[in-house]
Amino acid sequence: MLKRNLPLAIVFTTALLLVAAFFIPHRPFGDLESRFLNWYAIVAGFTYLLGIDSLARHHILRVTRRAPGWPFSLLLVLALFGTLGLGVYSWFKFQSPFALRAPFMWLYTYMIIPLQATMFATLAFFIVSAAYRAFRVRNFSATLLLLAACLVMFGNVPLGGEVWRAVASAMHKVIPSIDPAALGALEIPAVVKDWLMKVGQTAAVRGIGIGLSLGGIAMSLRIVLGIERTYLSS
Amino acid sequence: MMTLWILTALTVVGLTPPGSVTARDAPNDQGGQIVIRWDDIDDAANSTIALFRSTCPDTGFIEIAAEPVSSTEYTDAEVADGCSYYYRLVVRSDGDSAVAPVVGPVRSSAQWFNSGRSSVLIVFALICAAFLFYIFRARRGTKMFVRRIAGLDAIDDALGRATEMGKPILFSFGLGVITDLVVIAALPLLRKVARKAADYAIRLIVPNADPIVMTAAQETVKEAYLESGRPDLYNPDNITFLTSDQFGYAAGVDGIILREKPGAIFWLGYFYAESLVMAETGHSVGAIQLAGTTETTQLPFFVAACDYTMIGEEIFAASCYLKPEPVMLGTLKGEDFLKLVLVICITALVVLGTAGAITGNGGAALTRIHQAVSTWLTPAS
Repeated sequence: MLKRNLPLAIVFTTALLLVAAFFIPHRPFGDLESRFLNWYAIVAGFTYLLGIDSLARHHILRVTRRAPGWPFSLLLVLALFGTLGLGVYSWFKFQSPFALRAPFMWLYTYMIIPLQATMFATLAFFIVSAAYRAFRVRNFSATLLLLAACLVMFGNVPLGGEVWRAVASAMHKVIPSIDPAALGALEIPAVVKDWLMKVGQTAAVRGIGIGLSLGGIAMSLRIVLGIERTYLSS
Repeated sequence: MMTLWILTALTVVGLTPPGSVTARDAPNDQGGQIVIRWDDIDDAANSTIALFRSTCPDTGFIEIAAEPVSSTEYTDAEVADGCSYYYRLVVRSDGDSAVAPVVGPVRSSAQWFNSGRSSVLIVFALICAAFLFYIFRARRGTKMFVRRIAGLDAIDDALGRATEMGKPILFSFGLGVITDLVVIAALPLLRKVARKAADYAIRLIVPNADPIVMTAAQETVKEAYLESGRPDLYNPDNITFLTSDQFGYAAGVDGIILREKPGAIFWLGYFYAESLVMAETGHSVGAIQLAGTTETTQLPFFVAACDYTMIGEEIFAASCYLKPEPVMLGTLKGEDFLKLVLVICITALVVLGTAGAITGNGGAALTRIHQAVSTWLTPAS
């Protein structure tokens, strides 16, 4: 009974205090939120020990059992403890692992950042493959999506402006009363792109955002009132 | 320390002292702050405004700050609540100066209610009232209808397919931490997936980017296996911590997908730019993929790469859908009612604003109402 009711009581009391802190600036409520966030940061910091324990144990076991792909696990364990060792060494030698000449900083600058950048760079290829599938004309909605995407891309690149100015010149040849410079300056592809992004896209995102906010409030109320208990063990 | 006679001895040549100087207790704060405001000085290029404070009106002034001439406000955060303070402003420029009259006394104090957030309190009370009304109605036995959510219905299909193919299942919370509502909302879905995985004896892999989420996931899966009567199948090594680094996590999950080739993948949690990298890798191994996130910038990527995507608040409704108790459904009904109210309010504001703009001066009253409502709904920080 206590195992279930005590967490619910803690959740309810904490939520009440934080709601009160939002509306009451007077001490002790005013700084409650930052105090709670500090507590969370301290607890979360210690839980990384759990994470390191999980990661190290999992891969050391794989190495000792010679599981398939164990050399990769060995590499991970060596990298994990090597980075930790370099960090501690840099701390003693340079007073900070992030000192410019510290070996830890070298590792960070020349290994971790390029690895992160490499993974981020692969996103471009994945966007192309996902876009290829998403923009295939399968039905009316997919066709609309394709059309909108083409218009946005066309309005975003200099080629869009050039094509529009060429269209203006062509129209001037057909209808001489049209001023090609004035028509070209209208930058219709960019205007269409801006409209799609600022009106069409923003309206959809705000609609989803309103639903998310209400859903979030409903979920919070269910948790605070103890209606939603699925996150607790039974 | 600079006394009054020094201040008054300062020459006043060609400079105008700042006008309309006021000093007031800072509103809606914890105390210990006084806000000094003055009119904009536009004829004093290369000048500074020095602020002096004292506890007496005619002596003991000390300089507390020197502000650029473009500023019109300063918050003195080094005062004690309940003490009376006096302020004097001096404009300085190339050896010249001009002194404004002393203002005060003024005392700082802490407030018991942030009046700038009264609109939030009223709206919050109305929202809570709507939810509680529908919870109460549900408790009295009123039947509530919940529409089918395709993404949730697809869970069983995805698990069945993975079972048929004899492949494992992968479940990811992304970079979400336990304070993210979407992660809490995804835990019941993990429990459902884990129960089915235990029933069908399929391996369930849950790589984590946060140690607290990892612990919660381990507990959830362990309980689900117990509920299914297959605790022997539970292996904590399948629910591990990878890294909290964004692209390190993406690389780790991609590696697991390519090695294990899961038959079904669930992306339910908080995702950033790594979402497409992981979801496209999942697609490349032919896994059936189901996604749900509250991060609207990532939804298009999931829609493009996954078979089913829970959009918007659908993921928050998941626990009500899985456990359709009247009280849970009451909150969903309250949510729908509030959506209707919001649609009516937004439409009314749009009509007011448009009518005001079209009718010009004749619609000034409409524009004023529109602006007043919009301003009231924008809370102070």
